[in-house]
Amino acid sequence: MITLQNVSKYFSLGRGQQLHAVDDVSLTVAAETVVGLVGESGSGKSTLGRMIVGLHTRDTGEICYQNDVLPARFRPVDHVRYARHLQMIFQDPYASLNPRMTVFDILSESLRLQGQTDTRAMSDTIADWLTTVGLHPDHMTRYPHEFSGGQRQRIGIARALMIEPDFVVCDEPISALDVSVQAQIINLLAELKERMGLTLLFIAHDLSMVRYISDRMAVMYLGKIIEEGPSDEVFFNPQHPYTQLLIASNPEPDPDTERARSVEPIRGEITSPVNPGPGCRFADRCPKASSQCTTPPPEVIVSEGHRASCHLLAE
Amino acid sequence: MTTPILAVRNLAVEFDTFGGVVNAVRDVSFDLHAGQTLAIVGESGCGKSVTVQSLMGLIPTPPGRITKGSARFMDQDLVTTGAQGVRGVHMGMIFQDPMTSLNPTMRIGDQVAETLVVHKQYTRKQAQEAAVSLLARTHIPEPRRRAQQYPFEFSGGMLQRAMIAQALACEPAILIADEPTTALDVTIQAQILELMQSLQKENGMSIILITHDLAVVARMADQVAVMYAGEIVETGSVTDVFYHPAHPYNLGLQQAMPSNRHPDRVLEPIPGSPPDLFSPPTGCGYCARCPHAMTICDSHPPEMSPIDIASTHEARCWLHHELAPSENNPVRPSS
Repeated sequence: MITLQNVSKYFSLGRGQQLHAVDDVSLTVAAETVVGLVGESGSGKSTLGRMIVGLHTRDTGEICYQNDVLPARFRPVDHVRYARHLQMIFQDPYASLNPRMTVFDILSESLRLQGQTDTRAMSDTIADWLTTVGLHPDHMTRYPHEFSGGQRQRIGIARALMIEPDFVVCDEPISALDVSVQAQIINLLAELKERMGLTLLFIAHDLSMVRYISDRMAVMYLGKIIEEGPSDEVFFNPQHPYTQLLIASNPEPDPDTERARSVEPIRGEITSPVNPGPGCRFADRCPKASSQCTTPPPEVIVSEGHRASCHLLAE
Repeated sequence: MTTPILAVRNLAVEFDTFGGVVNAVRDVSFDLHAGQTLAIVGESGCGKSVTVQSLMGLIPTPPGRITKGSARFMDQDLVTTGAQGVRGVHMGMIFQDPMTSLNPTMRIGDQVAETLVVHKQYTRKQAQEAAVSLLARTHIPEPRRRAQQYPFEFSGGMLQRAMIAQALACEPAILIADEPTTALDVTIQAQILELMQSLQKENGMSIILITHDLAVVARMADQVAVMYAGEIVETGSVTDVFYHPAHPYNLGLQQAMPSNRHPDRVLEPIPGSPPDLFSPPTGCGYCARCPHAMTICDSHPPEMSPIDIASTHEARCWLHHELAPSENNPVRPSS
């Protein structure tokens, strides 16, 4: 469905400094699957998602949607053209809805851009969708401030899905929500995915939730995908030292597991993605690092469909 | 059981707003024992932060006021006498958002030292020296150089360490941590939790940990209090609360989270949303969302009742009343 081939995004900081937000990333998202993208803040996962839907230009590489190569820089016509196929659900349900527009205005905007003009038909579609996402058709005339975080996220979901796209980037759709509401939103997404045959790129930092919803999981560190494979495989049998430490720092809601936990937390903090060297990005924090880590790590196929980039695995 | 270091009884806090009076905290009682960690868990808006802010005297009055209850700390009632003299000395606090809780125009070292100058009458020089060693204790690399920097030069994890250093400056008996790791990545969260645990081991302080993350609770807590709609609905040891949930809300929370121990379990969300605290429900606050609600739940608020005489496990639910339907008493109420 979506194929990324050596995609990079560099932000120029002036004075010859370049921030390598996404660096030479390849990833395939098969139709009707959920791929989870995890990593610490600053690892480039949101930038990657935004490039796919054309919210960032890309500097190198190709992104293919079905058989089309997506333009590196979306012009307004490209946005209109691809918006009906590629959509995005944003992290912050408070910042992503215009406070001066009613729910009807917010939701009808995408329909209008797709050429609909009949207000009554639009209002019927919107009423249907509000019911689908668990709101009431009467909510159409209200403004975003009248809703709770979970309800706003439902509006965001309706906005993304009502023009029936094939592919949706969910950028941390639940991290701003309470636990009981998170499960509501996750189940809603899973149900709509089944019903509409959607393909999802699910970006999050909550590893347990990503494992739960995704078929495959990709782990990013400083702009690189360092491990990718079937979710349970990556979660329960991580190969890259970073993935191992990340999963070891993921707390479980289970006191016995937590008491038995003995792993040292990962050292240090994520380093700067400005002008990085050619070697492994994780080398400075890695407990297993050696001199060979200053050269680019090879990508190793660990098992069928499970790859990781580390010198240790190549031996 | 030894006498608790902090005993809170029937605390209630209200706020005047344009929309009317909000009953943010309605009836909260708990004990904190020396050297232990009490976790207060609940969703946003359930009153967990207001509870500890009222103990620290941080509720702006007006619009807020403590309407009833007591909080005994070292022969002193924090509700009647106020927290002056206790706050910052015997009780230190760290906040959720380290970026906005520190003064952006003051050097980190000065902010840590200020506590010592105010409360312990240190000279500026002594305080500066102490601040550097406090920063070292919270594992900030190059503490002498870092003390001269401003908050914007620190990362989120480092700021949280600096805030812990500040809170611990006067060797408090109680550290209150209000969502200390919510804004941080899991790897940094693990570091900060580890730091709090090792400092607790070193100086034997008690911790009140406010969080909405049950995984953090499982990691840190000895005792747990689950809050819902301004009330504590269940309290007990971490084992009781996680493995023998007694209140339907606590059970619901456990089922709403993915468990990596049981990877194939389907998530069961709690339907609906918390009640409006402008007009708190007459009966049980959780009644409208509860799958086990009975007729009585809507009209009469349940009292906190012990689940097991031998332990501290208590829950606020009619299902534990002797007349409630159960295996021994299989009467189904007409709905």
